[in-house]
Amino acid sequence: MSEFTLTLIKLAFLAVLWLFVIAAVGVIRADLFGSKAAARAADRAAQPRPARAPKPPKPQRAQSSGGGAPSKLVVVQGERAGTVIDLSGAPITIGRAGDATLVVTDDYASSRHARIFPQDGQWIVEDLGSTNGTYLGRTKVSRPMPIPPGVPVRIGKTVIELRK
Amino acid sequence: MPSLGDQIRAHLPYQRRNAATLALLIFAMVLTLSAFAEVGLARDGHIPQGLFLYGGGLVVLAIGAFLAQARFAPYADPLLLPLAVGLNGLGLAMIYRLDLDTSNDRKIAEAAGKTFLKDAADASGQLMWTFIGIALFVVAVFIMRDTSDPDAKLSFTPKTAQRYTYLIGLGAIVLLLLPVVPGIGAEINGARVWINVAGFSVQPGEFAKLLLVVFFAGYLVNKRQAMSLIGKKIGPFSLPRGRDLGPILVIWFLCLGVLFMQKDLGTALLYFGLFVSMLYIATQRVSWVAIGLGLLAVGVTIATMLPFMGHVNQRIDIWRNPGPYFDGGCLVAGKVVPVNPDTDIFKRTKLVLQAKAEEYEKAGQKAKAANARLIGPGFYACTNTLKGEYSDSAQLMKGLFALGQGGVLGTGLGQGEPWRTPLSFSDFIFDSMGEELGLTGLMALLLCYALIVQRGMKTAVAARDPFLKLFAGGVSFVLGLQVFVIVGGVTRMIPLTGLTTPFLSQGGSSLMANWILIAILVRMSHDARKPAPQAIQDEGMTQIVSTR
Repeated sequence: MSEFTLTLIKLAFLAVLWLFVIAAVGVIRADLFGSKAAARAADRAAQPRPARAPKPPKPQRAQSSGGGAPSKLVVVQGERAGTVIDLSGAPITIGRAGDATLVVTDDYASSRHARIFPQDGQWIVEDLGSTNGTYLGRTKVSRPMPIPPGVPVRIGKTVIELRK
Repeated sequence: MPSLGDQIRAHLPYQRRNAATLALLIFAMVLTLSAFAEVGLARDGHIPQGLFLYGGGLVVLAIGAFLAQARFAPYADPLLLPLAVGLNGLGLAMIYRLDLDTSNDRKIAEAAGKTFLKDAADASGQLMWTFIGIALFVVAVFIMRDTSDPDAKLSFTPKTAQRYTYLIGLGAIVLLLLPVVPGIGAEINGARVWINVAGFSVQPGEFAKLLLVVFFAGYLVNKRQAMSLIGKKIGPFSLPRGRDLGPILVIWFLCLGVLFMQKDLGTALLYFGLFVSMLYIATQRVSWVAIGLGLLAVGVTIATMLPFMGHVNQRIDIWRNPGPYFDGGCLVAGKVVPVNPDTDIFKRTKLVLQAKAEEYEKAGQKAKAANARLIGPGFYACTNTLKGEYSDSAQLMKGLFALGQGGVLGTGLGQGEPWRTPLSFSDFIFDSMGEELGLTGLMALLLCYALIVQRGMKTAVAARDPFLKLFAGGVSFVLGLQVFVIVGGVTRMIPLTGLTTPFLSQGGSSLMANWILIAILVRMSHDARKPAPQAIQDEGMTQIVSTR
């Protein structure tokens, strides 16, 4: 073993030691902020038992990061992409029916699909018994859930977001 | 306003993180095996044979521990087990590495017909203790399993311990007193903290630590309201009533008294910190920390003034200036007289002792002659001629030299000379690590400890039960404080007091106690992280009122 090889081995071992610590910190990070694998696991866990909210979308962060409630609803994907609706405080209904606030012409949306309404300074999304379901981020909305700013809500082929 | 615990629980993903545990556990295995491989490559140029025995043994053990955790505490914190296995594995690798050197020295010494010092690194012994420790972890996790069956046999959750608060407090004192009992107690290296059980030496103090946490938690959970609300106010401090604080003070003074009798200062410091921190967690009053630190200052001042506590003075003196004590120093009336082998007094005493030994031999008193040859001239000169307190800082200073030798990147495992420090495999293993892994490696080790403590504290914050909150907080704090006291001691940040470095040091009692501690934390984190009972969630569902 030459001096040089031994130095390389030494440095490699220190690198492994630090990678171990970094991997451990990474697990904590995934616990705090969620990871792709964790989100998939949560989705899977949510399917058989929709009663359990798999991953509450962090109301604390939504409150602390903003400093203000979202002021508009933006359609970011779908046939009506680019549409902006100002949030006045009145509930917004979404669906194919003509009397909905946001009318979507989408085969995958129900006529009365979902409702977004304000409560305690937060905007809550509620599925109104749609056929194909409403998704908040990756989670299926099975009961009213608060919408953190920037998290997409998917209804059929339409995706909307709340923005400041 | 939701409590802090509720807020944290809202963020906790209620998921099993067994895959993360397994991945990290495999990483810890790789770490341990590469440590063994590096030792072998550096010393002999090939992968050592010990790799298969020690590495393979640890892999089997870790898999067993993982299966037990996944089966009996599936929602447990994913970090605790892998971090403990990683630290244990690194300690085992370092002890294996020191064992190679000391057993070599032993062979040379035996070939020369000399006796070799008794204390030596013993890797196979440590592997056996690791085996017993992890087996205890598995058994503890099984006994504390999460079961809905109220009549389950052998079921004892951490919560059950609350029922036996006072018995457990008594148990702690009995355990602490055991080494003083003649017959089973044994004195090793000047401290009377050992007992002999079936041929093994056990340090009951390591287990008393856990029992004391249970007692404090069980007592404080009942009295914390009274303690923090009722009492006299003196300036900014509010003191609780005597009848609330009394029992806890009695237990605490008993423990400290026993420890002072055994000259076990490190453990005394540990219990003191535990006492103060648990009062703080229970009452949430910062004034307790101030009172605790004040009491500590008073205690140390009194200890330095008492004549029979001379060695406290000496510890502090060595800490401030270890130089004169190197290889032997004598504290006479507040001044240090060096009695190392280079001094005249040492040489003179050596001649005197030799003359004495020869005299005894002539007189036919073999035992006395052997005794006269064994006794250190420095020690004899100090205690008999100078009438002072003898002490030796060589251990501490050699440890510091080892750290200096290591520098930032270390010499590499197997390439340094950490065996030059006495007790390099137990009290001073942190300095041995420092020499071979450098500051870079030490930081990683300290982070591993910090992560264990952090996960424990997080468990405490998220725990639903106040008793478990105190219990988890107490055990995590005591682990953190123990690392601080011993690492601070061997790096000369605070005066050196003997304690084991959790999971790294050689020694069965310490390993067993710490594995039980991890098992308790694993179980409590399972409680804190598992989803709330289904019934409550169903109630949540029925609250939704249809708008139509």
